[in-house]
Amino acid sequence: MGRVSTAPAEIERPETTENTSAVPEPDVPWVTLVHNDPVNLMSYVAYVFQTYFGYSKDKAHKLMLDVHHKGRAVVSSGSREEMERDVQAMHGYGLWATLTQDRG
Amino acid sequence: MAGLFEEIPGGGAAVALDGVEISILRSLAVQLLELVGPGEQPAAGEDPLAALFAEGPSEAPADPALARLFPDAYGDPQAGPGEEDERRVRADSAEFRRFTENDLRTRKREDALAVVRSLDALAATGEDGVVLKLTGDECRRWLGTLNDLRLTIGTRLEVTDEDEDGELYRLPDSDPRKPMVMAYLWLGALQESLVETLMP
Repeated sequence: MGRVSTAPAEIERPETTENTSAVPEPDVPWVTLVHNDPVNLMSYVAYVFQTYFGYSKDKAHKLMLDVHHKGRAVVSSGSREEMERDVQAMHGYGLWATLTQDRG
Repeated sequence: MAGLFEEIPGGGAAVALDGVEISILRSLAVQLLELVGPGEQPAAGEDPLAALFAEGPSEAPADPALARLFPDAYGDPQAGPGEEDERRVRADSAEFRRFTENDLRTRKREDALAVVRSLDALAATGEDGVVLKLTGDECRRWLGTLNDLRLTIGTRLEVTDEDEDGELYRLPDSDPRKPMVMAYLWLGALQESLVETLMP
């Protein structure tokens, strides 16, 4: 998509704890968040989670309920590039999604 | 307004539509096409290939419905002031938008055009009260357009979660929003029934 990933997905990391305080931390995973909105049908949101992510009916339903009741849910995690792809796909389906670096 | 989508054995879905319903759906899909816009077209005499490499916009659309169709990819809507590096969030969203929004607009237009075409093919039969039959691919395009239409109308009507059984759905006939609310609810029923036929 034109973005060059700033960190390779797999990186050979020497077993040392020195010099690891640099920000941003490349090994902190990114997550895709889907936010609640009052228009999208609950069945449609669950359909999207099943269809795009290949999640089971139960998992898709639970994530949909999390979005609905908690206001948002983490639907995937991985590299920044992967999460940008997921967010783009969610926008394609009309879901309100953002990506962010997972700070725990 | 009773027609709902039903699964066609072997793939696809079908719905019975009358002439009025066909013309409402067509008009809404055309309005969506106009809202989403033609995107960046090469000017006369310009290299059409240049459009392939044209960058999209970096700012979110000012129209609230378009902003909902093309949201920012970065930024926490629940973050309080000062909790985020706002300059960075804005820059990341702008870059994402430049590389994705044109593609997304094109796809939404293609879906809405597919809806218009299938309605035109149906209207061309000249009968009132016909059954629209969609292939699996057409079903997914219809699903996208029905959702885009509901997002657009829902934004215009300022639908909120509290409206589930609220005043919006009990408007007097004299309210100017009434026809739009009726369309919104009808599209919701159509979409719901279409999702059911597509559930894996």
